[in-house]
Amino acid sequence: MSTTRTHPVARRADEVTTRPRMSPHVTRRSSRTRDRVTAAAFLTPLLAYLILFYAFPLFRNLDLSVRGYTVRNFVQGGAPFIGFDNYVKVFTSQTFVPALTHTAVFTFVSIAFQFTIGLALAVFFHSSFRLSATLRALFLVPWLLPLIVSASTWSWMLNSDSGVVNSLLHAVGVSPVNWLTDPNMALVSVLVANIWIGIPFNLVILYSGLQNIPNELYEAAALDGAGAWQTFWRVTFPLLRPVSAIVTLLGLVYTLKVFDIIWIMTRGGPAGSSTTLATWTYQLGFGSLLPNFGPAAAVGNILIALALLAGLAYIRLQRRQEA
Amino acid sequence: MTTRRSPWRTAVGLVLTAVMLFPVYWMVNVSLTATTDMRKDPPNLFPVNPTLVGYQAVLEQQLPFLATSLAVGLGTVLLTLAVAAPAGYALAKLRPRGEGVLSFVLLSSQMIPAIIMAMGFYAIYLKLGVLNTVAGLIVADSTIAVPFAVMVFTAFMQGIPDELVNAAKIDGASHLRTFWSVIMPVSRNAAVTVSLFAFLWAWSDFIFASSLDNGGDARPITLGIYAYIGNNNQQWNAIMATAVVASIPATVLLVLAQRYVAAGVTAGAVKD
Repeated sequence: MSTTRTHPVARRADEVTTRPRMSPHVTRRSSRTRDRVTAAAFLTPLLAYLILFYAFPLFRNLDLSVRGYTVRNFVQGGAPFIGFDNYVKVFTSQTFVPALTHTAVFTFVSIAFQFTIGLALAVFFHSSFRLSATLRALFLVPWLLPLIVSASTWSWMLNSDSGVVNSLLHAVGVSPVNWLTDPNMALVSVLVANIWIGIPFNLVILYSGLQNIPNELYEAAALDGAGAWQTFWRVTFPLLRPVSAIVTLLGLVYTLKVFDIIWIMTRGGPAGSSTTLATWTYQLGFGSLLPNFGPAAAVGNILIALALLAGLAYIRLQRRQEA
Repeated sequence: MTTRRSPWRTAVGLVLTAVMLFPVYWMVNVSLTATTDMRKDPPNLFPVNPTLVGYQAVLEQQLPFLATSLAVGLGTVLLTLAVAAPAGYALAKLRPRGEGVLSFVLLSSQMIPAIIMAMGFYAIYLKLGVLNTVAGLIVADSTIAVPFAVMVFTAFMQGIPDELVNAAKIDGASHLRTFWSVIMPVSRNAAVTVSLFAFLWAWSDFIFASSLDNGGDARPITLGIYAYIGNNNQQWNAIMATAVVASIPATVLLVLAQRYVAAGVTAGAVKD
């Protein structure tokens, strides 16, 4: 590594123009071919990595989903090819429709709340005030904490007998709620925790979107006598639409694959009431004494298809905005 | 930006932050609560009789887990840098064939749920006999960071003036030397951002740890906490104390490297 601190190369950059040039025609083609080779060399580690550690596990997962695995032949090999049997098993399972419904509810409710709260906070922090930068930084904390930390903290806060949430509810006269053990409340509980974790991301992205809106527009709106509410709906919200679309689609991709929070807080229970496709995959593959790798991989591939659909929509949107 | 003096906004901001950070405060509060006060109703809103028994339990039982997490985090950082930095240089400065396809692959690879990668890795690791190893966990954890890292390096290196590269070339520097002695020193900020996030993600990982590293001696801190939750429902001060200790990297990150964090959050999500 270079030990000099005053970038000697940068200084030499001006000399380049004063040097006699080599004939451009002769060197251009051969140097481009050489550049291509060099580029390939620098990309080799990444390509090898993507093949070994992305393509191969994904292929293995596809392979798992079309074979009839038992614990024995999983270890020893020789599992028979059974086509789409695992998928049929999954689609006809009693868990499938609830898991799909929970995934949809979890995803859309999460995004709706994260976005609304994140946007409100971004607008609030946009007019800067004393301490605003510090407070905005503190809002990042939930997003940076390990998920197991957030999930176990929420578990204890929502504990039926000794949790602080029920104790606060009691103080205002509401009877205690069995947040994590009542099948009607489990999904609500994991939603609360997940919304809390997702707010910072929405806040940061939407805040940076707000900063790109020219100040003159706000001044013009003020001159025209627009109130704060009108300014928001007529200026801020329409101009924020591209960023809003991006943050929503990214939210969709991220939320579809949420696993840690739900698994740590409820393990998808009680009685499957907070099972999503992600926790179901894990439940089938790792969550029981007798693993069901075939169906687990099948559920996983359904989840990938959903995530990629959302992802493609995101990529298309981003490309269109760049064009 | 001009800062307006608006005391009521500051007051509202303080209240909102307090509400948002209440769970974090509660974690610290519970970590300092004595076991006998744990089931008190209503619970103590402040650590009135603070005790360090929870932290004592961390020192006695969780140090090996913390050491594993540290090793896994550092290993993930090294692997991620080694794979992503050269690729970023190639994509930013050398115009390789198939550039568009590759960036598409990188974007899509970020959409793949880790739980599915974990299934594939499990099948492979079982055959190779590298389940429950630090190296296996490092490889799996790095898949969270590598696509992000390539995109950060590419975006950053595109901003390095071409003259700098050309000058080095005319001085007779090889591509490897140009990359190592010119590009990398200038790209320090990108490398710091990538390292911080790679470390944090590896440190926080639960999915890969619980599926690929759930048996041996070398288990990370996330599994330390998870085992605690499963085993002793009474010792929430020890659980929360471990959670507090496990949050230290995130806190350090926020205090020391806030601008890198903001850069990382927005990287790839919003174009200028």
